[in-house]
Amino acid sequence: MPAELILNVALSGVLTGLVYGLMALGLSVIFGVVRVVNFAHGELMTLAMYGAVAAFQRFGLDPLLSVPALAVGFFGLGYLLQVTLVQRFVTRPEHAQFLLLLSVAVILANAQLMLFGPDARNASVDYALDSLELGPLLLDLPRLYAGGVALCASLSMFAFFRFSRSGKAIRACADNYRGAQVVGLPIRRLYALTFGLGCACVAVAGGVLTLLVDVTPALGPAYTLLGFVIVIVGGLGSMLGALLGGLLVGVSEALAGLFFTPSAKSMVSFGLLILVLLLRPQGLLGRRA
Amino acid sequence: MSPKRAGALALAALGLLVFPELGGAYAVSLATLILYLATAGQAWNLMMGFAGQLSLGHSLYVGIGAYSAGALFFHFGIGPWLGVWVAVACSMAVALLIGGLAFRFGVSGVYFALLTIAFAEFTRIAFDHIDWLGGPGGMFLEVAQRDRWDLAHFRGPPSMYYYAALALALGTLWLCARLSRSRAGYYWRAIREDEPAAQALGIDTFRWKLLAVLVSSALSAISGVFLAFYQNNLFPEQVFHVSRSIEILLGPVIGGVGTLLGPIVGSLVLTLLSDGVSELLAALGWELPGTKQVLYGLALLGVVVFLPNGIWPALHAAWQRHSGARSA
Amino acid sequence: MLAKAGRALAQQPGAQQPGAQQPGAQQPGAQQPAAQQPAASGPAAAGQASGKIRLKVGVLLPRSGLQGFVGQSCQKGADLAPAVLRELLGVDVELMNADTESNVDTARTRAERLIQEGAHVLVGAFDSGQTAAIAQVAEQRGVPLIVNIAAAPQITEQGYRFVFRNFQTAPEIVRNGLSLIGELLQSSGAQPQTAVFMHVNDTFGQAMAGGIKGTLPTLTSLPFKLVDTISYDPAAKDLTVEVARAKATKADFLLLVCRLNDAILLRREMVKQRWQPMGVVSPGSPGMYEQQFIQALGKHAEHCVSNVPWYNPKAELTHRVEQAFLRQNPQDRLVFHGLNVGFTFEAVLIAADAFQRAKSVEPRALAEAIRQTNIASKMMLGAPIKFNAKGQVEGIGSACVQNLNQVPTVVLPAAVAQAKPVFPVPGYKA
Repeated sequence: MPAELILNVALSGVLTGLVYGLMALGLSVIFGVVRVVNFAHGELMTLAMYGAVAAFQRFGLDPLLSVPALAVGFFGLGYLLQVTLVQRFVTRPEHAQFLLLLSVAVILANAQLMLFGPDARNASVDYALDSLELGPLLLDLPRLYAGGVALCASLSMFAFFRFSRSGKAIRACADNYRGAQVVGLPIRRLYALTFGLGCACVAVAGGVLTLLVDVTPALGPAYTLLGFVIVIVGGLGSMLGALLGGLLVGVSEALAGLFFTPSAKSMVSFGLLILVLLLRPQGLLGRRA
Repeated sequence: MSPKRAGALALAALGLLVFPELGGAYAVSLATLILYLATAGQAWNLMMGFAGQLSLGHSLYVGIGAYSAGALFFHFGIGPWLGVWVAVACSMAVALLIGGLAFRFGVSGVYFALLTIAFAEFTRIAFDHIDWLGGPGGMFLEVAQRDRWDLAHFRGPPSMYYYAALALALGTLWLCARLSRSRAGYYWRAIREDEPAAQALGIDTFRWKLLAVLVSSALSAISGVFLAFYQNNLFPEQVFHVSRSIEILLGPVIGGVGTLLGPIVGSLVLTLLSDGVSELLAALGWELPGTKQVLYGLALLGVVVFLPNGIWPALHAAWQRHSGARSA
Repeated sequence: MLAKAGRALAQQPGAQQPGAQQPGAQQPGAQQPAAQQPAASGPAAAGQASGKIRLKVGVLLPRSGLQGFVGQSCQKGADLAPAVLRELLGVDVELMNADTESNVDTARTRAERLIQEGAHVLVGAFDSGQTAAIAQVAEQRGVPLIVNIAAAPQITEQGYRFVFRNFQTAPEIVRNGLSLIGELLQSSGAQPQTAVFMHVNDTFGQAMAGGIKGTLPTLTSLPFKLVDTISYDPAAKDLTVEVARAKATKADFLLLVCRLNDAILLRREMVKQRWQPMGVVSPGSPGMYEQQFIQALGKHAEHCVSNVPWYNPKAELTHRVEQAFLRQNPQDRLVFHGLNVGFTFEAVLIAADAFQRAKSVEPRALAEAIRQTNIASKMMLGAPIKFNAKGQVEGIGSACVQNLNQVPTVVLPAAVAQAKPVFPVPGYKA
């Protein structure tokens, strides 16, 4: 197998992995702080994708440019969702949370079917099929841009959580719930903020993913599942872990597809998940609970 | 049991028995589906409601049961009565593996749930590549006749399947009731309520949790065998799909996790709801695809938000208040 | 809900009686209850002019769920049928549409429901698993099922007496598809030495892969060698690796069995990775002739070839159907739904034709009439519609459909071609 083939495939895996990482970041933030299993994650992302596609078709707006608007809009949506529905489920058992978000997922996915129909949609920007040749490497331009924006968004999230007051407060909630209460942090508002941020992340991920994948209403569940694999592998509560997990999954799937049967490459992610759950449940960079 | 209650039960039993005669084929097909879901749901409920282990990949056990018995019939002509033993054995072996590994390594809660999904997905993709089991093209079991009751090969008219499903549902109900009142039941409840406390009391939680998983998987496998011989075709994409797992757990969760009648009430309500919404939309002439699922999702949302413990406990409580008020 | 269940209970005097009616709502004429009774009123039923009775056709398609797109496409074929058939055969057809929701259990219960509401014949259901479930119900209830599209061979191998299929089985699709490739190479004079075979790993793809592996070595008109077989996940959102592997084989052309979404992804990847083989040829699968493929890829969709069962562009019935299609779907074109609409329409046609000959809506009579079907003037390519002992139509033809000027165009067989095939594609450099 020629080296340049492996290199190109691995590179593509890295870029795609960055987008996956951003999506998982949203999930990790929600999961890590609010401790709610967001099974509607994928459907929120497809909603964002439809938003980007609609913006492109109506206003000719490149998905990369609609990303800020999507982020703001979905932040609001997430905030609202948390305050109206999810908050009362925070103390309820997991199966109830699961069912709550599952219902939301079903409603979202089928509302999208009703509104947009079953056709696959995409934003066919001018550079959609461009590629850049750099020596032996063939860089897929849309993928490069998508990966780039995803990386920027992830970095801004890191910065927010590291340096801003709210960010630190949220991390405090996640680390030590009792302590946070004792100190007097406005837990509910922070939860809502977190859910909003998580949704904003997934919206940005969706926006850039529009450049790579066509959106259909049924696209959600696969990404939700992928998100969970990445979050577990990377480590719950670790944002860097989510990003690294995304990269790991992106690259390992790509290489598995190269060396084994491509149709079985998803088995790699699930196999990885099983191994991590059994042997190192805190994931690569998580802390032991 | 009071004579009134016994009378009501007898009437219900009679109704269930003569249902195929009165109901007509459509109602019978719905009823069979409800009873099958009740059985599978009861099996799931045992693991979750009794022992507190959330499984989101239960389609794995149903599927393994279905494929084991199906493959034996397809390749060797071995009937379901022998096949079911193999199905149960295979399913329990897998359950032993998953449960053993998970509990040994202390995987619980949401992590356990994700583990179950991972195993189910892994198996789905794996079965897609196993040609002996039909691969993605599916395994089609031969349907020889549909007129007489042929219990040996489990072939016959829809009413036969109805009675079989009824027997399965009642059988699992009885089994779960017995288990609930047995030592296993108490230990499971203890583990579900507070595992560390249970351990402190000296209960070998590993062993009992594993037992719950094993029994649950065995019952699921049996319902899987039923499925294989009822549908007569198995595709990995459908059998092991996560939507199947969800379908199995919706009944108990909506009906009432941990209760005995929850799975039955739940699958009854859900199937009738699903069908009812379709009928309503058809009557209104509304054919936009996706509408039914949105309404269905809203109904689910409503139940999960306003009836946190499920429908059956709420019904039961309302009934108690009613008869309490009357006798007062 | 309970009231509805009660209503369902009240309607059925006996499990075996087909065609019991829902009181009131839908039936226009008082004659129908008489026509519904089996056997006893045979002569009475035959005496009715077929114009006064309506044939109720239950149409089961996956209009929502994963297969929603295809189901809705097929539905267009059913929707335009009543008007066309009234003109053509003087027969009144009433459609009863049901959504299988891409789910096997729903398909089964919906089929039961339609029969209970009085469907005389069923049509459906695109997906092999759902079709098999409906077939069991149809056989059990003695109501004929005409399969519009479903390729699993087992459906007509079960010894059913009430199941009929007017569509190719997967092995036939493969055989026809491969022989058309031979014709394509012959007529264009191209001589590729190698091909790489990519296929989606689902029911359809696997059947095709098996068929190709079995059939290809035996066909001498196909001198090329398969250098690699790459199967990929139908749900895959990223086909970079698969295409990279295929490109690395340096094969002369790409043999592809796909579905719509992965076809789009794949072709995009090919462009991004700058891989331009002699051509992209499908020996029989959906995807490349569909409107979304062409819309999504624009000029990159040009010259892609699909060898699929197709309609005869020169047939008279095709023109009628096309007119009706345009009337109902003014923003759309028949050519983008050719296969789905064509076969679904033909299924309803078969039902109506049988009804016209049987002059009765009694299901057993209809089934017998369907068995005697012999329709030469049809829309889809191939031999006249005649069912063999297993209920399968033999000799349905395929066409080589190439995307030319952004429209799927029939280029082979030459007798019905609308244009000449282009192979290798203009951008190809050896």
